[in-house]
Amino acid sequence: MINAVAGLVGELRQAGIPVSLADHVDAVAALRFVSLAERAEVKAALGAALVKDAGHEAAYSKIFDLYFGLRAASADEAAGRDGPPGQESPDDGESPSGPGPGPSGNGTGYGFGGAPSMLSRVDDAELQEMLLEGLRENQAKWLRMLAQEVVTRYAGIVPGRAVAGTYYLFRTLRAIKSDSLAVQLVATAPGPPPSGELARLLLKEDYERRVAEFQQEVEAEIRRRMVADRGAADVARTLRTPLPEDAEFLTASAAQIGQLRTIVAPLARKLAAGLAARHRGRREGALDFRRTVRESMSTGGVPMEPVFRPPRPAKPELVILADISGSVSTFAEFTLHLTFALRAEFTRVRSFVFVDVADEVTDILAAAPDITAATGEINARGCGVWLDGHSDYGNAFRTFAEQHVASLRSRTTVVVLGDARANYRASGAAALRAVARRSGHLFWLNPEPSAAWDSGDSVMREYTPYCDAVVECRSVRQLRAFIERLP
Amino acid sequence: MTSAEQRFGSGAEVAAALRTVDYLPDDKVATVTYLAGCLGKPVLVEGPAGTGKTELAKSVAKATGRRLIRLQCYEGLDEAKALYEWDYRKQLLAIQLHGTGAESGIFGEDFLLTRPLLEAIRADDPVVLLVDEVDRLDVEAEALLLEVLSDYQVSVPELGTVTARQVPLVFLTSNASRELSEALKRRCLYLFLGYPGVEREQEIILARVPDITADLAAQVAQVIASLRLLDLKKKPSVSETLDWARTLLLLGTDLVDSELIEATLPVLLKHQADIELAVAKLVTPSRQGTQGK
Repeated sequence: MINAVAGLVGELRQAGIPVSLADHVDAVAALRFVSLAERAEVKAALGAALVKDAGHEAAYSKIFDLYFGLRAASADEAAGRDGPPGQESPDDGESPSGPGPGPSGNGTGYGFGGAPSMLSRVDDAELQEMLLEGLRENQAKWLRMLAQEVVTRYAGIVPGRAVAGTYYLFRTLRAIKSDSLAVQLVATAPGPPPSGELARLLLKEDYERRVAEFQQEVEAEIRRRMVADRGAADVARTLRTPLPEDAEFLTASAAQIGQLRTIVAPLARKLAAGLAARHRGRREGALDFRRTVRESMSTGGVPMEPVFRPPRPAKPELVILADISGSVSTFAEFTLHLTFALRAEFTRVRSFVFVDVADEVTDILAAAPDITAATGEINARGCGVWLDGHSDYGNAFRTFAEQHVASLRSRTTVVVLGDARANYRASGAAALRAVARRSGHLFWLNPEPSAAWDSGDSVMREYTPYCDAVVECRSVRQLRAFIERLP
Repeated sequence: MTSAEQRFGSGAEVAAALRTVDYLPDDKVATVTYLAGCLGKPVLVEGPAGTGKTELAKSVAKATGRRLIRLQCYEGLDEAKALYEWDYRKQLLAIQLHGTGAESGIFGEDFLLTRPLLEAIRADDPVVLLVDEVDRLDVEAEALLLEVLSDYQVSVPELGTVTARQVPLVFLTSNASRELSEALKRRCLYLFLGYPGVEREQEIILARVPDITADLAAQVAQVIASLRLLDLKKKPSVSETLDWARTLLLLGTDLVDSELIEATLPVLLKHQADIELAVAKLVTPSRQGTQGK
């Protein structure tokens, strides 16, 4: 068991989840108190000790299932085969040895105990029918058996192949027509048809949830078989996907960017706090009477040293200049998220976007109810595009400097988000210098790996002298590191 | 430092005890709460607002008969309000009474004002310590908690170290509005409380709203689950669900239809944009449906 935990911890660390030695010790200590036969308990106990971030729970769950899933599943099967059929899970309601909940309607009477062998004799159409019935009845055990059967029948797993199993899953789901299962279930629902759109919608969503659960069951079954074939460590290696915070902006999928949103909101607050700390002067606040008197106790009640309140941190102003050209489109989406989140934290955030001209979008962001609407509006108005829609940093910086440099103050922090790929046009470094002179701080966040800077049409080098810092910002982890270094 | 007699035998026992006070934990909550008692470690409970984080600590206190000591965190909380403070008025009086020679006597137990953390440590009876919304603390103030959480002791320079007579059960709650420090996380067991599934939410409604029918509770749970699928600014929490269920009960309905949802949505959703989204999904289609007929 201790070895199994060590394997799990190793894989968690490989996946990027920080697990300290103390966490590892706690996890082993926790195991002494839970019953090892209960898989859910072990999972909860190890999870509580090892994973300290909500964003990592999904990854943990997946990895745990690889390392501990197989044993539990085979134990289940063994119990099903050996134990007298009538005695397991009294809370199940239906007697497992009696006719299964679904097939009972057909009158064929499949027993739970012999189900694997019985099921293999059923033909495809009948299996599909049983699956629909099973989903309607929503009996977890029966559905698990069906999942095992459809995987055996349709997945076509080839032993020894180092794959992540997505193709097996795809093949199985296509064979059972999982896309249309929910619709079919609604169409063939028993009882009176739902009255009104609302009831129909709720019914459909209810079935969709069950189908999604069944899909997860199928996926788990496929993984279980791959682990049995190749061992947990090997499967874990092929399954390894980046954590949300490690997803690279430039190559992230829309779903990954969506996940980032929950991470970004706290980051915005932290960024604000970090910048506020930089702006904090040496000046102290008003006299803190209470603490002065309290301190005076050690001098016999004579106030020798006055104590002052810490000064109120000034809320800084922020100007964001974001490149939204095609080459950084996913990054641009992320920066818009960040900008949106930042609005709450700063007294004044002014947001500009540019492709070949800088356009202010502060009002659009303020008026839009959510980020999707804001993005749509920015695209509809063609913000940031002046001539041909190709990046032109020179013109963008020049127009920004001409129109807005007067409004910059020493309390203002300017953040430029872009890849510095000037498209072989003028770099506009002089305009950036003017901006840097007027503002308190100028930071540049570049979504490209630093090795790629200054190659091709990237002119990062020309801007660097005017920035307080140029930071590689390919993932949320790097953004967080930048924010943590701020004060 | 004995708390053995207070300890639960298993996660299932915790679950059973919590159910008696109408808190319905899932397996994870029960197991982690049980482990907190066994390992003597605090539990850091994280999750969206209104999913029962604070309620968990309160219910554990109620179920075990322990006293609940609560520290509400906010920006600017300092040790004088969290740990202890010297009662300087009393000290001043003592000095005036005894003359200036009395300084040595004024740092005694009599002059100490205990604040929640010290109170939990010094308590003779078993207690549950709830540190609420710990993410609102400043990063510096977080360090105040560390000594208490790992060793269950508080160092008062003038008095020495006060060690716990019994290990309190500690719950820290956080809305994850900022990243907590590694030092704090390392000392805690972690528990994420998300939104419950449809079945569990229905159970919660049945337990918490007396007189509601199972049928209405099921409808409520389904509508809420449907709303949570939307991309809302603030998804309806469990406590808002309960408010809504009570509202429907007061209105004397037994069938949730789209007009009723539209009329009572403000109980569930607190942003105009969210309400518009929800109406577009749940109300408008059925209205068009009836017009079509």
